[in-house]
Amino acid sequence: MQRIYLDYAATTPTDPNVVQAMLPYFHDAFGNPSAIYSYGQEAKNALEEARGKVARLIGARDEEIIFTSGGTEADNFALKGAAYANQKKGNHIITSAIEHHAVLESCKFLGKMGYKITYLPVDKYGLVDPDSVKKAITDKTILISVMHANNEIGTIQPISEIGKIAKEAGILFHSDAVQTAGHIPVNVNELGVDLLSMSGHKLYGPKGVGVLYTRKGSKLTPFMHGGGQERGRRASTENVPGIVGLGQAAELAGQDLEGETQRLIGLRDKLISGIVQKVDRTHLNGHPVKRLPNNVNISVEFVEGESMCLNMDIVGICASTGSACSSGSLEASHVLLAIGLEHVQAHGSLRFTLGKWTTEEEVEKVLEILPRIIGKLRAMSPLTKNLSPG
Amino acid sequence: MYSEKVMDHFNNPRNTGDMENPDGIGHVGNPVCGDIMELYIKVKDDIITDAKFKTFGCGAAIATSSMVTEMVKGKSLADALKISNKAVAEALGGLPAIKMHCSVLAEEALSSAIDDYLKKNPTRNTDALRKLHKTPHHEETE
Repeated sequence: MQRIYLDYAATTPTDPNVVQAMLPYFHDAFGNPSAIYSYGQEAKNALEEARGKVARLIGARDEEIIFTSGGTEADNFALKGAAYANQKKGNHIITSAIEHHAVLESCKFLGKMGYKITYLPVDKYGLVDPDSVKKAITDKTILISVMHANNEIGTIQPISEIGKIAKEAGILFHSDAVQTAGHIPVNVNELGVDLLSMSGHKLYGPKGVGVLYTRKGSKLTPFMHGGGQERGRRASTENVPGIVGLGQAAELAGQDLEGETQRLIGLRDKLISGIVQKVDRTHLNGHPVKRLPNNVNISVEFVEGESMCLNMDIVGICASTGSACSSGSLEASHVLLAIGLEHVQAHGSLRFTLGKWTTEEEVEKVLEILPRIIGKLRAMSPLTKNLSPG
Repeated sequence: MYSEKVMDHFNNPRNTGDMENPDGIGHVGNPVCGDIMELYIKVKDDIITDAKFKTFGCGAAIATSSMVTEMVKGKSLADALKISNKAVAEALGGLPAIKMHCSVLAEEALSSAIDDYLKKNPTRNTDALRKLHKTPHHEETE
């Protein structure tokens, strides 16, 4: 069975070019970058080369790139590092209601430690109002954290506007760019961020490696203690093959950003309009235009998301849902509830995220199969009796 | 994640759809938790002669609904009320721990359908059956 992978926001396959670039650093140039002999120096050079590639992708300086074990660590580092480093200055953090769990759970933890957290609401498209950020600032505010684009509904936030507000108020500004770096233009100066999180496996790099961009002069308490790696900001022997892979992935992503963006937007809009036209009582979640080029999130009335995903999996289509049933937590997606969806609609959501290897034929295949699956499930749904005829 | 049997009942659910003039209807679940089940039964001489269901829910919710309708057909009301959620889960080759609540829902849908029937058709067994119905026998964990 030919499988159709449409969950690129969950993880991407590692690009074969990236795998090739990584291979020498497992067995041949395996040295510890902290060692002075040649093996170590080879690894060190590769590390610094990768740092430069990542820095160029986001318009940063090399020394502002800190490698981490992934996006989750980068978010934890940003939130807790900034909170600890600035606790004499204040104890208030502003974030949004639709952040990734890596940010929300870090905030919840800091809340238990005595910090005050403001969770800004979003509108029906999932947008944070920059004015609400401005209004939430107090003399105790030490950090603002708003994601660049949402992982579930793809809404792209007005980060540069929020960046200006943060800069004016002299408050550190963090953005989780795990879904955007390598996918849409990300420039730390244009966005006006002091801290920015990235993940390797969301941009065709390997899993287990990420980045926290840290603007020069930003105060951050280290999160990992040990050796003096990463200029004393993140202890632990560097994941050299992973970092080399991330560097290679960043370089590749930068090469055809515009072309790939346009191609994906075409496929995305074909999928969205196809579903909405072919199946009645379906709705797009998120913003129609201020949206990631690869994100499709649809609520299908009267059916539950996991059952749609399972049916698609049976025929080889891999997609995800914001339904509680698949999350393991038995709670519907906090993002879908925050944009005002009823529980039953949130349970009936489907997310398709497209990528480098998604073809038009694959999109057409989904458009052919999905209406049949929805029809089958609606026929056995007790909710369809509310469906008005026609 | 799911056993072969669960996937079989999910992919080819038995006894789905509406029933004409059911003798009892069970309606359980709520939109917040994401599972809503309706179970319909036909009863003749205290025997469940037919059962059908409609379910909004995940793979486990659909599979447990399908399985419980299979299990009750031909059973007396008293025996049907003895079907526990655990028995439904076992008949499906087990369920992931987080999905055991779906089997509880299936058990509740069945007893709620029987209860509805008893309300509409008081027989001399009603009191004894009602007592059975009130006995909680489901288990949340494996």
